[in-house]
Amino acid sequence: MSSSVLLLYFHAAAEFSKANHGLISALGHQEHLLVRDMYAEYPRFSIDIDKEQSLLATHDTIVLQFPMFWYSSPALLKEWQDLVLEYGFAYGDGGTALQGKRLQLVVTTGSPAEAYTAEGEKGYTLREFLRPFEAMAKLCHLDYHAPLAMHGARDAADNGQQAVWNQAYQKLIAALIAGRYPQSLAKRTDVVTPEQLLEVL
Amino acid sequence: MLADAFVYLIAAVVMVPLASRFGLGSVLGYLVAGVLIGPVLGLVGTETQDIQHFAEFGVVMMLFLVGLELQPKMLWQMRHRLLGLGGLQVTVTAAAFFAIGALGFDLAWQSALAIGLMLALSSTAIVLQSLNEKGQMKSAAGESSFSVLLFQDIAVIPILALIPLLALPELSNLHGATDDGHGGGSFVDHLSPILRTLVTLGAVAAVVVAGRFGVNPLLHYIAKSKLREMFTATALMLVIGIALLMTMVGLSPALGTFVAGVVLADSEFRHELESDIDPFKGLLLGLFFITVGCGIDFAVLGENVSLVLAITVGLIAVKAAVIYGLGTLFKVNLPDRWLFALGLAQAGEFAFVLLGFTVQNAVITAEMSKILNLVVALSMFLTPALFIFYDRVIVARAVQAEAREQDTIDETGSVIIAGQGRFGQIINRLMMGNGFSTVVIDHRSEQVEMLKKFGVKTFFGDASRPDLLHAAGLHSAKMLIVAIDDMHAAIEMIKHARRERPDIHIVARASDRSDVYRMYYAGANDIIRETFDASVRAGRSALEALGVHPHAAERRINAFREIDRDMMLLMAQHWNDDIPPYENEAYVAEGRRQLKIMEDALAGKRTIFQEKAERGWSAR
Repeated sequence: MSSSVLLLYFHAAAEFSKANHGLISALGHQEHLLVRDMYAEYPRFSIDIDKEQSLLATHDTIVLQFPMFWYSSPALLKEWQDLVLEYGFAYGDGGTALQGKRLQLVVTTGSPAEAYTAEGEKGYTLREFLRPFEAMAKLCHLDYHAPLAMHGARDAADNGQQAVWNQAYQKLIAALIAGRYPQSLAKRTDVVTPEQLLEVL
Repeated sequence: MLADAFVYLIAAVVMVPLASRFGLGSVLGYLVAGVLIGPVLGLVGTETQDIQHFAEFGVVMMLFLVGLELQPKMLWQMRHRLLGLGGLQVTVTAAAFFAIGALGFDLAWQSALAIGLMLALSSTAIVLQSLNEKGQMKSAAGESSFSVLLFQDIAVIPILALIPLLALPELSNLHGATDDGHGGGSFVDHLSPILRTLVTLGAVAAVVVAGRFGVNPLLHYIAKSKLREMFTATALMLVIGIALLMTMVGLSPALGTFVAGVVLADSEFRHELESDIDPFKGLLLGLFFITVGCGIDFAVLGENVSLVLAITVGLIAVKAAVIYGLGTLFKVNLPDRWLFALGLAQAGEFAFVLLGFTVQNAVITAEMSKILNLVVALSMFLTPALFIFYDRVIVARAVQAEAREQDTIDETGSVIIAGQGRFGQIINRLMMGNGFSTVVIDHRSEQVEMLKKFGVKTFFGDASRPDLLHAAGLHSAKMLIVAIDDMHAAIEMIKHARRERPDIHIVARASDRSDVYRMYYAGANDIIRETFDASVRAGRSALEALGVHPHAAERRINAFREIDRDMMLLMAQHWNDDIPPYENEAYVAEGRRQLKIMEDALAGKRTIFQEKAERGWSAR
């Protein structure tokens, strides 16, 4: 039995992103996958709450793809959380619409992987920076998967990394649709890199 | 009486919409109606002469309306054109006809001068009516034409004074010079010259002073009676009263009402006055044109057909040539200069008046007058044809010339922007600033000239004309942006573009909701109400000033936008272009339902407006 995947893509200047654009293009159109370019849907931030809630309700897996901006997500993703994940819908009394669904983050960073360590330039791991999403998943009873992280996105297209990332992303989505994404990856306590993913899948 | 009225009306009702439908203008329709009921069917006879005098009052009303549109400041601004252009037109044209008459036709110099003066005048009625219908009053051609026509109307007064001095002794014996009351029958004739001048100036001053200080309180008083017809009666009374006063002191009634109109141009009742007088003006002018049609005497025409035609053609050619020359001198741009020259090339209604007057004063013979009557009528008859010639040949050629020039440098796939007023210009700048090539169309030649100076590729012309859209590259454009302010033309343009290019993206400027519905059904993709965003922003300022937090105000206007759009979509489902909105029950019911929501909000109930703006933010 295949499961349906809702991929919400947030990038405030999508036309400048080679890595994210490459990732989205690699997926193409496929059955059981709905890709939404959220900045194109809501260029003026006037999010259609009803529509977004019904999309969440009718899909089994939610993928949030975005680049890291200032150690966090682009602003529209925050706005989406503020408005769409309503009390009584996503959490609180009767807020069970997301219960049991899976949440997969797919994140690109400009800096290399080494920066995201306690000793590195950023001082914290990427998993730590993404903690609010993990907490959100907990409150909404979503099954939080270890985020897929692509580091050094600025050079990926030139150094051949992009091809690996695209392949990993295709495998991730295929596994999510097939309902066969391995727990060994989902339950990691740090992030998953494309190389690690390709080793398993 | 009733039967006559019925004949005139039915002729007009049949012919005018027909002429309009074929794009020939209402004037030609009236003229043809006149020919049909007069010489062709013989339904009306000689009484048309009297009716014509009556109908000339339409010209008086028209000048009142023209005056209403013209603030004193604007009149002052056009003084150079008025005196320079108008003065030269009358003197040069009269001199040319004088020379032709005296040398070419071997007329006595007195006759030649009188004929020259009367033929120099053009038809205010036909020209202003036609320019109005074409929306050309504010163009260079329209403003120049108006200056000349206004000068001519003023010039009639000294001409009327001059004609008795031109009497030919040999004709006087035949006719006996009499005065028939056109300008001469006023009581001031019996006063000494100084007193006469004083009375005349006093009358004009009375009109100005009364217009400035007396009319507004009167109209306020009448408006309080809340009787619509009393307002109309007052408006008519004013116009007729002024005309009467002017006639009494020997001035042109048209000039007097024009002055009154200018004085009232600042009044808050201006639009009421306009809408009250307008139908009378339209009907009377129509009647006047019908009588011109009726006045064509086919018997005389048959005997002198080649002579009449030759003089008519000569008349039009000479007048057009003189005006074209003056247009060049006064830097009227092409193709407006052609419209100016061709539009004013006919002889006018004053020529009829002056012909009768000259015969009575023994200046020309009755035979001459009969021929000239036909020439004047025929030249008026041909005017609509000249307007059509201008539209179909001159403008079309100008467009083609530009199209050829553009085609060589134009790459395909650009954005066509129809209309370069305040609305279109902003779009154009946004497109160009972002590297999208545009082709711009506008129907005001000055605007086009200006844009060209700034290096904007611009076509001159009426953008709703299919050939122009094609010349601008409709077949290959990516997008058409309809930014013209004439909604009717805009909708026709959308329909045409959608028919020709089912795949093109059309962005349209709408003035109100009904335009939105029509444009939607015509096939526009994005329809933008021209003042909606500005109104909403003004509303946001008001909310903020009322103490609503700026960001809450922002959320509220965003919610308002969405609700308004949803409501409009609901209304659109009930919209029917064939039923006026107020007779469309479902449409009205939906409107009521939506209004109820606003009333609820006023009554303190929570409505979708608050719910939408606060959703996700208010604590539960």
